[in-house]
Amino acid sequence: MPAIHYLLQDGSTRTIDAPLGRSVMEVAILNNVRGIDAECGGCCSCATCHVYVDEAFMARLPAPDEMEEELLEGVASERRSGSRLSCQIVIDAALDGLTVQVPARQS
Amino acid sequence: MTAGLLIIGASYAGMQLADAARAKGYAGPITLLGDEAAAPYQRPPLSKGLLLGKQTPEGLTIRAPAYFEEQRIALRLQSTAVAIDRGARQVTLHNGEVLAYEWLVLATGARSRPLQVPGGDLPGVHGLRSLDDALAIDAMARSARRVCVIGGGFIGLETASALRTRGLDVDVIEAGAQLLGRVVPPEISEHFARLHAQQGVQLHCGASVQALQAGPDGRVAAVLLADGRRLACDAVVVGIGVLANDELAQAAGLPCEQGVLVDACGRTPDPWVLAAGDCARFPNPYGADPAQPLRLESIQAANDLARAAASVIAGQPAPYQAVPWFWSDQYASKLQIAGLGLPGDARVLRGSPDEGRFSLFLLRAGRVVCVHSINRPAEHLLARKLIESRVQASAAALADPDFALKSLLDSSPAAAPRA
Repeated sequence: MPAIHYLLQDGSTRTIDAPLGRSVMEVAILNNVRGIDAECGGCCSCATCHVYVDEAFMARLPAPDEMEEELLEGVASERRSGSRLSCQIVIDAALDGLTVQVPARQS
Repeated sequence: MTAGLLIIGASYAGMQLADAARAKGYAGPITLLGDEAAAPYQRPPLSKGLLLGKQTPEGLTIRAPAYFEEQRIALRLQSTAVAIDRGARQVTLHNGEVLAYEWLVLATGARSRPLQVPGGDLPGVHGLRSLDDALAIDAMARSARRVCVIGGGFIGLETASALRTRGLDVDVIEAGAQLLGRVVPPEISEHFARLHAQQGVQLHCGASVQALQAGPDGRVAAVLLADGRRLACDAVVVGIGVLANDELAQAAGLPCEQGVLVDACGRTPDPWVLAAGDCARFPNPYGADPAQPLRLESIQAANDLARAAASVIAGQPAPYQAVPWFWSDQYASKLQIAGLGLPGDARVLRGSPDEGRFSLFLLRAGRVVCVHSINRPAEHLLARKLIESRVQASAAALADPDFALKSLLDSSPAAAPRA
């Protein structure tokens, strides 16, 4: 299973072996990674599962669709080049070692 | 074992309450009772991704088993509470077991309103509330050709959208004059009517169901309307609203009005009993009359009232204060609603209904109180802030696509919208 590293607000890192096919958001919620709220449960409706994706992995992800792109405009913390909604990142083998940073706040 | 926090109901409100109570420092035992077999799961995909085959039942689980261990939350599934003894602070389960509590939270949710016409409970008639309901509809859709959906609300229309996308013939029967009549203005209703019609769904508004008829095999085979029409079908999905599960509270002598009456912290008059989620009716700061308790059927309301109730349990009461929001996905249209509107509110259109991308702003006394957005998620997020800030805005500014809505959030007079 690919390992996903979550950099948390307190500076610590949680590493989780993630099942293929689940989203980075779902894996975080399942495993109690704090700082990803996901109020809509992954329906791309709320922008509360915002993460900063490590530069090295940006190119391996499909570009955000129009809906995600718009929601990213409204995230509560600063939007940066690595900003993505973690509910839209589906885990596959190519994402082994993916590092995402949890932002300061989600709402 | 010390009596701790006992939560009846393991969906959004119950789950959020257990989690928030722990996060806010409650150290006692927490027991979460769920009457279904499945551990807490995401419900919005039941009428969307699950029916479309994009999500699996396993993929809906909200928390891993390790979470419950780590947080010391005892999750007890297939456990139904049948009575509350508030004097003794005890709850009796279906199997006769008695659980003591220090704090009791009612997060019992709601159930589908039954269709009360002859034949309303024939085999082949479905409701949609739980995972089991959704799996039954999914199984039905594998062999059915034609389905009648009774009720043109969110559940009915999302189900119609999924079934139509799967290639079934779908009739939607709505008693009211328009779709989603209870909750949206005509512009939004018309958008969804157009959308479903374009997709080939047969819409019947203002149609009342007189009876369901069985075929030779005893399963539902047709819907009879009051005007005499007979719609043949292989199955029926009923989505005509829900009833709050407040019977336990009523039997325990707690005040209920189609829902357990609580304050903005989720408190009942019993200092040790709280309620949250679809079963609770609470005063909402964004209601037309903030003193009038409302029952909102949404994940947002369940989560936010549960957090307020958890704050009481943790000894630092912080009332509910969030702007209500809702959403619905049908075909490629995402509807997002912020705030609570009334039929008399002024309506201002921003964007293009013809392109299926627009927002409808509802104004009351010059303030933005509610915004319905179709495929405009950024405007929806901004709308929540506008409503929360109770900003004044002119209709002309809101309708002007070149006017930056964000500037309304700037309190400086220079940023006031142009008239």
